Amino acid sequence: MANNEEILAGLAEIVNEETGLAPEAVEMDKSFTEDLDIDSISMMTIVVNAEEKFGVRIPDEEVKNLKTVGDAVNFIANAQA
Amino acid sequence: MSTPTLKQAPLQNGTRVLGVGAYRPDVIVTNEDVCQWIDSSDEWIRQRTGIVTRHRAPADVSVIDMAEGAAREALERAGVDPSELGAVIVSTVTHPYATPSAAASLTDRLGATPAPAFDISAACAGYCYGIAQADALVRSGAAKYVLVVGAEKLSDVIDNTERTISFLLGDGAGAVVIGPSDTPGIGPSVWGSDGSKWDAIGMTHSMLDIRDHAAGKGALSEGEAAVTEAALWPTLRQDGQTVFRWAVWEMAKVAQQALDAAGVKAEDLAAFIPHQANMRIIDEMAKQLKLPESVIIARDIAEAGNTSAASIPLATHRLLQDNPGLSGGLALQIGFGAGLVFGAQVIVLP
Repeated sequence: MANNEEILAGLAEIVNEETGLAPEAVEMDKSFTEDLDIDSISMMTIVVNAEEKFGVRIPDEEVKNLKTVGDAVNFIANAQA
Repeated sequence: MSTPTLKQAPLQNGTRVLGVGAYRPDVIVTNEDVCQWIDSSDEWIRQRTGIVTRHRAPADVSVIDMAEGAAREALERAGVDPSELGAVIVSTVTHPYATPSAAASLTDRLGATPAPAFDISAACAGYCYGIAQADALVRSGAAKYVLVVGAEKLSDVIDNTERTISFLLGDGAGAVVIGPSDTPGIGPSVWGSDGSKWDAIGMTHSMLDIRDHAAGKGALSEGEAAVTEAALWPTLRQDGQTVFRWAVWEMAKVAQQALDAAGVKAEDLAAFIPHQANMRIIDEMAKQLKLPESVIIARDIAEAGNTSAASIPLATHRLLQDNPGLSGGLALQIGFGAGLVFGAQVIVLP
């Protein structure tokens, strides 16, 4: 179990590894596609790594709803609860 | 009266790939060409897919023509006369007749009549499915030599203006001859399907929809009320994200199972020859499999695009051409695609 801050930090690490973006750029209100310029393939890699790191399942159809970093953090937090 | 005991074909212990052939059609389609049809750029396509060019066949070159070109080279390299073939298997999803098969015509053209001949429909896994069957046919004693061909004219089933798959695809054919061997040359096949993802890659609609639409019986299954004549023709689509995820993380497990079944480790491999779907799938799979740097990875996709069933034998052909020293080494090959279906095995390179 992790709190939102820990999830955000973990997610930022994953994003950094996939895209090279600085972890501090990964903020709750940032859009994956618009602000962070993450394409659909990178997004899938991030999703699978997040599943492994946080021990949750993020179905394909759910990925389309994860528009912002905050969406992903909240989804993971709820899935862990 | 007593029932006589049947004779059964004597079993053959080992099998191997004896020779590889390739046919690459002449027309080269660049990323600049693609950008006339979709709003994109050379850089975007290279970064997302690793594809620089793809070959496409002109109107007068058929799936069977390409299959013949690849098959003749494979037979010659294998040193097998067409009359010695015990079966001919063609994997294709673009032979434009439901029947008769491409394989029957190919067999006749090669002078291999009356060898058994049939097509298989396993899309991008079709070549590995063909190897699984050829290996079983030779080892069971049903055939001495089997020709396996992957041949696709995907340019016939694409819509250049759509963005999910068409710009990835190319045409071509690759072929191998499988035959008996004193030493094991084809590891156990790990193959299967997951029809729960039937919708992930496939045609926009069925042939029956064309018939019904032509007869004025309503819209196509996609719900298009006013279809143009061009949109009547079924073309390929995919759900890229679903396919990418399945291709990398599920298929890496299948590839590992093929290694385990053959009793070899990643570091024993000389080459990794995955279906050439997308460079990023190839790179991510290699990462998941923890392949050491010594393993040469087939990257024919850059030049050939995704040619479905033809991609693995085409990539194998190029790999052996560029690195003759790989001959005799172990290669892990894995195909995966529409169905969804998958197949993998470790082989000794010819």
